[in-house]
Amino acid sequence: MHIVACVKQTPKSDNVKIDPATGCLIRSGAQSAMNPFDEYALEEAVTLKEQLGGTVSVITMGPPQAEAVLRDSIARGADRVYQLGDRAFAGSDTWSTSYALSKGIEKINSILPVDLIICGKQTNDSDTGHIGPQISAWLKWPNAAFVKKVISCDEHQMTVERLTEGGSEQVQLPYPCVLSVVKDINRPRVRSVKGRLAAKRAEITVWTADDVGADKEKLGIAHCPTRVVKSFVPKREVIASVVEGNTAKERGVKLIELLRENNYI
Amino acid sequence: MNEYKNVWIYAQVQQGKLSPTAYELLTAGRKLADALGEKLVAVLVGYEVSRFAQDLIEHGADLVYVCEDRALENYLDDVYAKVLTDLVHTYKPNKFLLPATNQGRALSAKTAVFVGTGLTADATEVTIHTEDGQLYATRPTFGGNLMATITCAHTRPEMCSLRPMSYEKAPRMEGRKGEIISFPYQADKHTSLVKFLAFIKTEEDGLDLAEAEVIVAGGRGVGKPEGFALLKKLADRLGGAVAASRAPVDSGWIDYRYQIGLTGRTVKPKLYIACGISGQIQHMAGMSGSDVIVAINKDPNAPIMKVAHYAVEGDLYEVIPSMLETLK
Ligand SMILES: Cc1cc2nc3c(=O)[nH]c(=O)nc-3n(C[C@H](O)[C@H](O)[C@H](O)COP(=O)(O)OP(=O)(O)OC[C@H]3O[C@@H](n4cnc5c(N)ncnc54)[C@H](O)[C@@H]3O)c2cc1C
Ligand SMILES: Cc1cc2nc3c(=O)[nH]c(=O)nc-3n(C[C@H](O)[C@H](O)[C@H](O)COP(=O)(O)OP(=O)(O)OC[C@H]3O[C@@H](n4cnc5c(N)ncnc54)[C@H](O)[C@@H]3O)c2cc1C
Repeated sequence: MHIVACVKQTPKSDNVKIDPATGCLIRSGAQSAMNPFDEYALEEAVTLKEQLGGTVSVITMGPPQAEAVLRDSIARGADRVYQLGDRAFAGSDTWSTSYALSKGIEKINSILPVDLIICGKQTNDSDTGHIGPQISAWLKWPNAAFVKKVISCDEHQMTVERLTEGGSEQVQLPYPCVLSVVKDINRPRVRSVKGRLAAKRAEITVWTADDVGADKEKLGIAHCPTRVVKSFVPKREVIASVVEGNTAKERGVKLIELLRENNYI
Repeated sequence: MNEYKNVWIYAQVQQGKLSPTAYELLTAGRKLADALGEKLVAVLVGYEVSRFAQDLIEHGADLVYVCEDRALENYLDDVYAKVLTDLVHTYKPNKFLLPATNQGRALSAKTAVFVGTGLTADATEVTIHTEDGQLYATRPTFGGNLMATITCAHTRPEMCSLRPMSYEKAPRMEGRKGEIISFPYQADKHTSLVKFLAFIKTEEDGLDLAEAEVIVAGGRGVGKPEGFALLKKLADRLGGAVAASRAPVDSGWIDYRYQIGLTGRTVKPKLYIACGISGQIQHMAGMSGSDVIVAINKDPNAPIMKVAHYAVEGDLYEVIPSMLETLK
């Protein structure tokens, strides 16, 4: 079984600061880490490998410093790591990003055939959740999103449960296929000492657009279909009204009165 | 690009029921269609879904495309995306809105690649630019810290998924007339490699969170799993649903599907009562769009006490029983 986990480096969300004047991210001092959802994607890949045998590869697309998430992936149990690093990728939207990743995965597939791709549900920065389903569209592989549980899997197919409106659905997919997973699928393990050492020593393979045979007309800010034309900090103008009363009990009574007066209940 | 006309909305059907997001999309879509002077079109895909067509017309659709077949009874990403792609190629819409539900997010993403166009995710506001007629879709990112407006200048349709509850539901206009056109399901082409096995309804403690008008949410301050029973009592009394911050989910007191926030669900009820929740930004990301926020907290300086419309200082185990008593 050859499983590819997709991981993205994103700001540690507690540290996101936005300049209220410009609406831009204040990057300096902001720490980066593996997108929290991708920890679950990688953990699921490593767990399935432990059950079925095989190899876990990790791919990321990002600037040079994104190699840190690949090292971190090795510490968490990945065997092989690949970085898509090229200025041509910069500023890509999800259409272009998923195209680039699908080309990278095709290349990985030519080295060792891929059975399964696992993405996180979404990222904590631009959080579109598009990438998993879109990689599957480029590759024309079947997919399931919002997967909360792998019910069974063998060499030929897997059965998973995915979250949907009002419940969940069980679906069966043949390999190769693409999953996007939510956080109740597992509990990511802590990095092992052995893994940390391996992470330090690891050689990171970096591929350019040409290396993976990607069409540059489909990449980067100049060619991708969507564009962020404006960004701004939302106004929050709530004025808290403190509910009066001498005791907690009195304040509870008062609250219900206020909610009733204003027809909120 | 001029051949691309009309504003489409995807009317999601789940387990034989029309999703209420369809009416929200009709409100948003009507605004866009009027601004462009084009038609508002609804798209129905599924099994026995034509029965919803007239209802969509009475809520504002001028035209409804229906693709129905037994094979489409359950949602499967690949078939549905192929059907939508064929519809788009055949009828060439200008704008295409889908709901940012689980189904809509996955379906819109896959369809955008098949069609070869751009997609804005999870927008909360859509407008037509008066000069160029483009779709301007605004969406919260970075957990609600930053709003971004996104366009798609060169490909059509401009696609966008719209966050549930961002728009009011369109009112019904009884007897309104419109056109219904059926689009053939093609068994040889609209195939799926995925097999649907079962739908499992969540033993619903009443309501689906996304549709709840009142939400009573508990945080670490609830202190123990049994504490949620008290919150449930209040929720039941107010005709609402229970939810949680991440802390009690991580502690195993309540299931993840109740989690509100950046890494949980986004809700927009009329009334959100946060009990023993401090109000960290990642939690606020999922509920700050609520019409009225009430905070019940022991600590008057907790961040949520500064942003709530009603801040109630006190132990939730004293405040809630007193509320229940008053409600009797
Ligand atoms: C403010 C802002 C708003 C944006 N809005 C949109 C928009 O509405 N539509 C649009 O098309 N683009 C948008 N973009 C561009 C988009 O953020 C990038 O294309 C981004 O690199 C990928 O999207 P995502 O972070 O949303 O990934 P998601 O689709 O949320 O990620 C899902 C999963 O895909 C995998 N993955 C994602 N990115 C990578 C990567 N670089 N390397 C490896 N694996 C990855 C991970 O497993 C991840 O968990 C926006 C960008 C900004 C800055
Ligand atoms: C990447 C990332 C993603 C995250 N995603 C989410 C998310 O989706 N949703 C989310 O909620 N959090 C999320 N978090 C976690 C978030 O940062 C907070 O840790 C979390 O919201 C805290 O939960 P809380 O408010 O319940 O707990 P606390 O912050 O511990 O607050 C408990 C509050 O209860 C009050 N209290 C205690 N006892 C009582 C009592 N008896 N009566 C009344 N009040 C009492 C206290 O005064 C305190 O204000 C995320 C964090 C990260 C880093």
